[in-house]
Amino acid sequence: MNRQLNRLAVVALVLLVALVAATTYWQTWASGGLQDRQDNAIQRVVQLTIARGLIEGSGGKTVFATNKRRRVGGQTLYSRRYPQHGLASQTVGYSTTGRSQAGLERSMNDYLTGANANLSDAFRSILNRLGHATVHGDNLKLTIRPRAQQLAQQLLGSRCGAVVAMNPHTGAVYVMASSPTYDPNLIDEPGGYAKVLKIRGQCSGASALLNRGTQGLFVPGSTFKIVTAAAALDTGTFTPSSTFYDPGYCTEYGQQISNAGNPDQGGREVFGHLNFMTAFQHSVNSVFCNVGKQLGAATILSYAKKFGFFKTPPLETPADERAPSGTYSQKSHRLDENPAHADPGRLAFGQWTMLVTPLQMAMVASTVGNGGVVPKPYVVQKITSHSGATVRNTKPGNLGRAIKPATAAILKQMMVAVVQGGTGTAAAIPGVQVAGKTGTAETNVPHVYTAWFVSFAPADNPRVAVAVVLEKQLNGFGGAVAAPIAKQLMQALLPG
Amino acid sequence: MVVGILTAIGFAAVYIAGKSQISTGSLTYAVFFFGLYLAAHLVARYSVPNADPYVLPIAALLTAIGLTEIYRLGPSDAFRQATWVVVGVVVFAVALLGLRRDYRLLENYKYLFGLGSIALLFMPLLPGIGLSVNGARLWVHVGSLRFQPGELGKIALIVFLAAYLREKREVLAQGRLKDWGPLLVIWGAAMLVLFATDDLGSALLFYGIFLGMLYAATARLAFVAAGLGLFLAGSAAVYRGTPHVRERVLNWLQPWTTHKIFCPLNGQPALRQDCQSYQEVQSLYSIAHGQMGGTGLGAGTFRNASGGLIIPDLKTDFIYSALAQELGLIGAAGLLLLYMVFVLRGFRVSLFASDGFSKLLAAGLTFGFALQTFIIVGGILRVIPLTGITLPLVSYGGSSIVANFLVLAGLMLVSNRANTELAGRS
Repeated sequence: MNRQLNRLAVVALVLLVALVAATTYWQTWASGGLQDRQDNAIQRVVQLTIARGLIEGSGGKTVFATNKRRRVGGQTLYSRRYPQHGLASQTVGYSTTGRSQAGLERSMNDYLTGANANLSDAFRSILNRLGHATVHGDNLKLTIRPRAQQLAQQLLGSRCGAVVAMNPHTGAVYVMASSPTYDPNLIDEPGGYAKVLKIRGQCSGASALLNRGTQGLFVPGSTFKIVTAAAALDTGTFTPSSTFYDPGYCTEYGQQISNAGNPDQGGREVFGHLNFMTAFQHSVNSVFCNVGKQLGAATILSYAKKFGFFKTPPLETPADERAPSGTYSQKSHRLDENPAHADPGRLAFGQWTMLVTPLQMAMVASTVGNGGVVPKPYVVQKITSHSGATVRNTKPGNLGRAIKPATAAILKQMMVAVVQGGTGTAAAIPGVQVAGKTGTAETNVPHVYTAWFVSFAPADNPRVAVAVVLEKQLNGFGGAVAAPIAKQLMQALLPG
Repeated sequence: MVVGILTAIGFAAVYIAGKSQISTGSLTYAVFFFGLYLAAHLVARYSVPNADPYVLPIAALLTAIGLTEIYRLGPSDAFRQATWVVVGVVVFAVALLGLRRDYRLLENYKYLFGLGSIALLFMPLLPGIGLSVNGARLWVHVGSLRFQPGELGKIALIVFLAAYLREKREVLAQGRLKDWGPLLVIWGAAMLVLFATDDLGSALLFYGIFLGMLYAATARLAFVAAGLGLFLAGSAAVYRGTPHVRERVLNWLQPWTTHKIFCPLNGQPALRQDCQSYQEVQSLYSIAHGQMGGTGLGAGTFRNASGGLIIPDLKTDFIYSALAQELGLIGAAGLLLLYMVFVLRGFRVSLFASDGFSKLLAAGLTFGFALQTFIIVGGILRVIPLTGITLPLVSYGGSSIVANFLVLAGLMLVSNRANTELAGRS
């Protein structure tokens, strides 16, 4: 009988060895995949045992994200609280107990949970875990100025739109406001997400979750004339004193494009003889149409690229919450870089398939103010560990030179003229020289416009650059509705 | 001695990890368990001095690991479990003392064991004392005392099979109904009762033990092949006929669905991982969270944000996933290694036994022990469909502890006799 018994023993052992093999599979090979699964109730709790780092505004007095601590069944759990409610919610984002995340909460998750600490920190965190001590994530200090952010949100009110303000030299983002906004605390409440989805501003199809500052794509209208003018001047094709004759329209492909279609000109439809400077100041479409035709779409688009178009602008928020500006195919809704598909005349005054984000337009204004170099935008100033040590301090960088310093200087003068005696007088600040450009883009609906204002100040030593966009404004011109918002923000952000 | 110290260390680890919530109770457990082990050891030294020296320490270690983890999951459960361990040790001592002269007299009562096994299995179906827990009718209760008689039925059936097969193993090959009859009647009745009580895990276990012992006794692979064929045919029929079984198989093959399907628990559409396969899937997550080194004893995550257990049956069917999370691959593999050593010693006992009954008894008890471990841990690890059954000596559950102490007593009695004979011969 012993032969059978030996065989039976082998069968029993093989069964037990299979268990070791299966355990090895689940704990090594398959472990990572299982931990990432959305329905993993264990990871959901493990995540709550980590005290996520704080997210603070510039100045350190305003906390955008903090933790609520509670003891459940012998363990300390932390859940997220957003004391500022709707302020900068699209940038800060949210992190829920159901492990859904957005904004900086998502993109900076590794820092906030202390997961990508260096070796000695990682060792300490293992010791903490063994000793049952709480793991503390790193704190984020943002460049956002809470008071200006609050002001921007107030000024936008219930209108749909966005405000982006930044330092034109460093790229530090002071304001990133998107309207309508939402309270991130709602996301984790029962039924709260549905409530957030129902939030409506004064525009249909508005999602409060969308960060209009970095994700919203709008027709730039006349604000794009800054880029066209940059190309016209930088290539030496035109000077501010180049003269034009404006008959009130421009002929393209044998068809007349009338200035009357441009609400930005402030009533006058025929200017007659004028120079390039005046055409910019009064935003005359027919002149830019002819400039565009002469430059060609390829030149204009190559300058747009130098300003950062056709690439997703860098920022610490998740890449899929930022969109690149540029010409978009109307069929596929994807970027279409081919200049042969562009109509140079209409492109020149920002009324073709060109779509831009407010962040990109703030970068354009900054570049002019910064002597032609495109600053690299950032919103996280500093990352510190729980003990206060600096983990990372953001050093300002740039995205290269877009235009010559001389070109930037001339453009600046032209933008100053816009605010001094052109379409943007509503942005003038007493005692401060403001440089700006209005934009009023047509939508498919008559008399409903996308209103723009981009600016920087003070012109001789720029400290702040602003881009304001308001969606679906009935008879709302950029110079009338957007410029006053830019003015108040610049006032709030300028020292003294 | 070593085992006692290890146990003390285990409790101390839980104590240190949970010092904020647990008093010095854990150390009391360590001292208590050490004393209990010493008592069992002394009884064994007195009654079966030549018994295999490994099986008792390994069983004690497994019991201690189980008790430690149960204590970590709920100190009040550990008290109840410890009480059952005391009962188990008493039963163990009584069995050793009562049968130390010649356990082979059990052979004379084989039909009593056979019928007793059926009776024990049938008890939960009786009105009045039967009790249904989690949809399976496996329990009897006397007052507040609950017991799963099926665990003892398993041992009775092994004794019956060992005795019957020893007697008829030569003639079974002739295929006469007179020889097969009693065997098939008792075994068939056991299978029927198990299906009637929806105890699939035990049904699988009994079937496996039967085939294993039949092969050991007759050396005929044809019987095993026929048995496996019948098993496959029977499984296919059962799969079609029983929704309960179909659910288990689907949970095994596709624990995760991407579309919502009908959830019988609440009648609403839901993903399977949120409904039927919830425990299996969360148990895999628990194991995965342990990774190589584990979270450390006492530092695992078993409760959700509102304090409820993520895996409701954690301390019974799913104790392996709790251990795998806290001890990691190193600890889990170590635990399985203990089972392997125990099983190897068990088969060694059966190899050295001199008579057929002893060989079959030791082999049956050991194979049953190994198979039960495989059925529950394999079910948890998605090697086979999950059927609820206890992990021998480790899971929470009094009947299981007592039954496995009887397995231990059986192995020690057989090995004591074999070793005494060997010593006498030389």
